[in-house]
Amino acid sequence: MRIGTAPQTYAADQALFDTRTQWTWLALLGLLLVAFPFLVNEYWLYMACLVAINVASATGLNILTGYTGLVSLGQAAFMGMGAYTVAALEARFGTPALLNLVAAGVVAMAGGAIVGIPSLRVKGLYLAIATIAASFIAHFVFANWTAVTGGTAGLSVPPARFFGVALDTSFRIYWLILPLTVLMVAGAANLFRTRIGRAFIAIRDRDISADVLGIPLLRYKLLSFGLSSFYAGVAGGLWAYFFRVVTPESFPLLMSIFFLAAIIVGGMGTILGSILGAIFMTLVPELLKFVVDWLPFENATVALSPVRTMVFGALIVGFLIFEPHGLAEIWRRIRRFFHLYPFRT
Amino acid sequence: MNFDWLFLFEISLAGIGTGGLYALTGLCFVLIYKATRVVNLAIGEMLMIGAYVFFAFAAGMALPIWLAILGAVIAGGLLGALVERTMIRPMLGESPISVFMVTVGLASILVGLVELVWGANPQRLPEFLPDDPVMIGEAFIASKVFYGFLVAALLVAAVLLIFRFWRGGIALRATASDQAAAYSMGINVPRVFSLSWTFAGALAAVAGIVVGAIGGISPVMGVFGLSVLVVVIFGGLDSVLGALIGGLFIGLVEAWASAYLGGEYELLVTFILLVLILMVRPYGLFGTAEIERL
Repeated sequence: MRIGTAPQTYAADQALFDTRTQWTWLALLGLLLVAFPFLVNEYWLYMACLVAINVASATGLNILTGYTGLVSLGQAAFMGMGAYTVAALEARFGTPALLNLVAAGVVAMAGGAIVGIPSLRVKGLYLAIATIAASFIAHFVFANWTAVTGGTAGLSVPPARFFGVALDTSFRIYWLILPLTVLMVAGAANLFRTRIGRAFIAIRDRDISADVLGIPLLRYKLLSFGLSSFYAGVAGGLWAYFFRVVTPESFPLLMSIFFLAAIIVGGMGTILGSILGAIFMTLVPELLKFVVDWLPFENATVALSPVRTMVFGALIVGFLIFEPHGLAEIWRRIRRFFHLYPFRT
Repeated sequence: MNFDWLFLFEISLAGIGTGGLYALTGLCFVLIYKATRVVNLAIGEMLMIGAYVFFAFAAGMALPIWLAILGAVIAGGLLGALVERTMIRPMLGESPISVFMVTVGLASILVGLVELVWGANPQRLPEFLPDDPVMIGEAFIASKVFYGFLVAALLVAAVLLIFRFWRGGIALRATASDQAAAYSMGINVPRVFSLSWTFAGALAAVAGIVVGAIGGISPVMGVFGLSVLVVVIFGGLDSVLGALIGGLFIGLVEAWASAYLGGEYELLVTFILLVLILMVRPYGLFGTAEIERL
């Protein structure tokens, strides 16, 4: 408990940010995010967009896996559904970008609800394996439903347009991706102050008890799948606008594992965890590139890709064994240190 | 309609050949699951390591084939023991999902390791299986598939006998059926854990050598493990019989699917089958139904 926070009302107790200091820091962060594109070069802007997309998708997966306790290895497939929806709508009908993104979310949501049906019968590992199956089936559809998805060649996506401005550079599309990501993260954070969010948490902690307490498991599990896939779909749509080409190989099983790894490393069941995890897991491969470039070996660049794969696996294993609550827990410890600083170190 | 029965027969034989390998790998999987309750997604990658170590011994160091096989088996066993000791043991008592994710991470580490040491390009193993085609009646079957199946069948039989009669095998079965009771009867349960991983690692290495001899080796051959996952879900995670029957069945289904529908349908059919099984009988054909208590 911190000094200076004595909530008088239930609403104040439930607030996401309860002190003026927190709001100040948040405002500073907001300013930084707005100023960011003007301060850095093209490369870091590109990375920022990628990170923001991954944050959105990881947040979605955290709703499902971290908060509802349903492990999914299908997040990439849902992103693929969203990406293909955007690509098909944009290329064929030229509908407004925001509408396309919402449609992407809705299509992925429908897909998620279908994939979620086995979750009524199976849970835990079996569910994870069922979602692996779903992602292979989705890949097959992407590759073979040529009329809509363009087959193995994929689709190329025209840039999103806002008031006649084509968002065709990292600088421009940053202003589309960032607000949407912030909106989605804020939405997820607020979700867990509502009845629905609390129901999700109850299901995670003990689904049978939740059922006894009067939470309809069928509805809430499917809702959780739907919401999570909605996030993935919108993130996939942004992905399509960002990379501007969508192929069946863009969304492999490895990408689903990436997102699961991101929320494990970040911290399951915390919003901060999905943000930190997505940032960390996206940036580590890039940092490795700098390390490998800096190493004085002759053919160090050849080793880059396998080293990345190994570090990726080692991060998953290491965090699970040594820091199961992830980066969010580390962050909390650091904060506690400063809260109690002179009195307890 | 003149249906080509011979073709069907040949396809089925090839399918059963692959199915034998599925059954063998499924056995490794069930071995680990029965003893330690760990769903090991890295089984395909352990296979791959076995094949690559064999490749290094046989092609790189030009050892005789039997010595190379022996070396690969020992290396596979060591790998299994090492993984159990460093990654699985610390996770004892954690949720099954966490342990599952550890094996996902392990798979990634092994793939990276193989790419780092041997490069990303596919390689061919030196030929060591007899090369003359085998005819069963009028049907032709590729010799590698035939001898691969033979090796798999022999190994499966050996393993079944070992677990029937050897002390260690009995300890393993005792641990699988009731851990606490096994402890109180003086069975060293942690050592049984090590034993099961070591054994599975060694078996996986043999399976890897045979799979590699048939299809060549590459860092993506771990995908084989995904089909094995379907096999063990189909048969029941904790059932040896299930793994054997499931292996043959999935092998057959995949062969039929790729022959009559086209190669791209192979995985699709496998995974649709998986979803159906999960919907109808989540614990598999011969698996033990889990009873949940609050």
